[in-house]
Amino acid sequence: MNAYEKVKCTREAGRATAKDYIDAMFDGFVEFHGDRRFGDDPALIGGVATLDGKPVTVLGIEKGRDVSEHVARNFGCVSPEGYRKALRLMKQAEKFSRPVVCIVDTQGANCGIGAEERGEGAAIAENLYEMMDLHTPVLTLMVGEGSSGGALALAVADEIWMLENAYFTVVSPEACASILYKDSARAPEAAEHLKLAAQDLIEMGIIERVIAEPRDFTDPAQCKAYMEKLRDEVAGKLHALRGKKMNTLLSDRYEKYRKIGRCAPEGAMPAPKKH
Amino acid sequence: MSDMKHKELPDYLGSTLTVKCEKCKEELSERELAEHGFICPRCGGYNRMPARMRLAMLCDEDTFREMNECVESENLISFPDYDEKLAAAKAKSGERDGVVCGTARICGNPVCLFVMESKFMMGSMGTVVGDKIAALFEYAAKHSLPVVGYTVSGGARMQEGMLSLWQMAKVSGAVKKHSNAGNFYLVCCTDPTTGGVTASYAMLGDVIIAEPGALVGFAGKRVIEQVTGVKLPASFQSAEFQLGNGFLDDIVPREEQRGYIGHLLAIHRK
Repeated sequence: MNAYEKVKCTREAGRATAKDYIDAMFDGFVEFHGDRRFGDDPALIGGVATLDGKPVTVLGIEKGRDVSEHVARNFGCVSPEGYRKALRLMKQAEKFSRPVVCIVDTQGANCGIGAEERGEGAAIAENLYEMMDLHTPVLTLMVGEGSSGGALALAVADEIWMLENAYFTVVSPEACASILYKDSARAPEAAEHLKLAAQDLIEMGIIERVIAEPRDFTDPAQCKAYMEKLRDEVAGKLHALRGKKMNTLLSDRYEKYRKIGRCAPEGAMPAPKKH
Repeated sequence: MSDMKHKELPDYLGSTLTVKCEKCKEELSERELAEHGFICPRCGGYNRMPARMRLAMLCDEDTFREMNECVESENLISFPDYDEKLAAAKAKSGERDGVVCGTARICGNPVCLFVMESKFMMGSMGTVVGDKIAALFEYAAKHSLPVVGYTVSGGARMQEGMLSLWQMAKVSGAVKKHSNAGNFYLVCCTDPTTGGVTASYAMLGDVIIAEPGALVGFAGKRVIEQVTGVKLPASFQSAEFQLGNGFLDDIVPREEQRGYIGHLLAIHRK
């Protein structure tokens, strides 16, 4: 598949959404609602569960599986209160020393009047800021769409794993094409140039793993085997991350983001100068 | 490291160019606009101010020392036409990329400064912008210095793909490190501050101010109009809108900024 075919594939009905992963991989999930500030965002599901017998906090961006669910979930476009709910639950995970698993599938943050009034930018910024220093392991699974800051707000993690057909991009290919070419129909070209596919991103050092997808998500046997394998791998990774010293975990996380696109080397930093 | 005087300040005060006010569209000489701090003497509208003019306005005389001034962007993901765009942006702005960083004093207070440059691809944030600002925060943390930042940006630079988006996380992490060590960060949002810059370091200051009338928001206004089908008023995403919604500490007129910042630096001086 070329880049844009992958993008389209993540938007097809029948593909597993965040809720499917939560149901299949985790046991005893209890959903928690609300950001305790303004409201509850149905585009973001959060709560606690166990994974392989160990407590975890799970956050998922859910876009819904049919038209009525799409509408109810605002098409997986998260509002400020959704990001704030996520942060509230991440801080709770930190308090109780349980790792966080984020499942990301979004065409972007909610683009609306209320979202701006309530500080969409500030909400995303605060997540990036706090996640970089969250004193507990974080693993992000990019399972479908991953557009811009709205996806990044749940992707400051110790590791990011991406499905082989998922995409993660600075700007949607359609928006990129309409800015560059004044023609959103040229999205396929833009998608190639943006280097948004899992294989591109692992080469750039942005993600850690590419996960093979089942050929058919709607085949129950294939999907079950896929979910069980993924569950075991996630459990194994969380076990390894839990074994790290906290200082090492946090400095490794910082450095992972710090080193990408590094061009102002410390050597170029001037010595302090008396004024 | 170099002194600012080593880099020639574009001669706005000796300019013979005629420009149009960004607000009232009246023609006036660039020299006249520069003499008025890039505030239109006809309509009072705030025009975008070149980064080095801001530094001259803010810093105590001859105290600015630039950092990482030689770093330049590369076409890291071989994006079509990006090399040409970079060359054009350099020619237009006289800068190597979209941010100027360094140390200085403001009203006697030592400070680390970053000032974004609108003439460089509308201050879009790629790896050079992100990395220079992250390095500035790390330097400031190491030397227990406050940071003052001026933002102007259309958002993340799409020509660098995910490497640009990454800078939001990188800089936010560097701001957090600086903050954890008890250091002060003040950011001033200028017109326009949008997208990935709003969703990272523009909204992470201990104190966040904006210039009167500046556009400050996340999603593009036209995009929101398309999505919602609602015609939005001119005040939508203005600094005044953000102040009213609780996201700014204050709106500070340009001519008062140096004194305002100097006062807060003195209050937070270690």
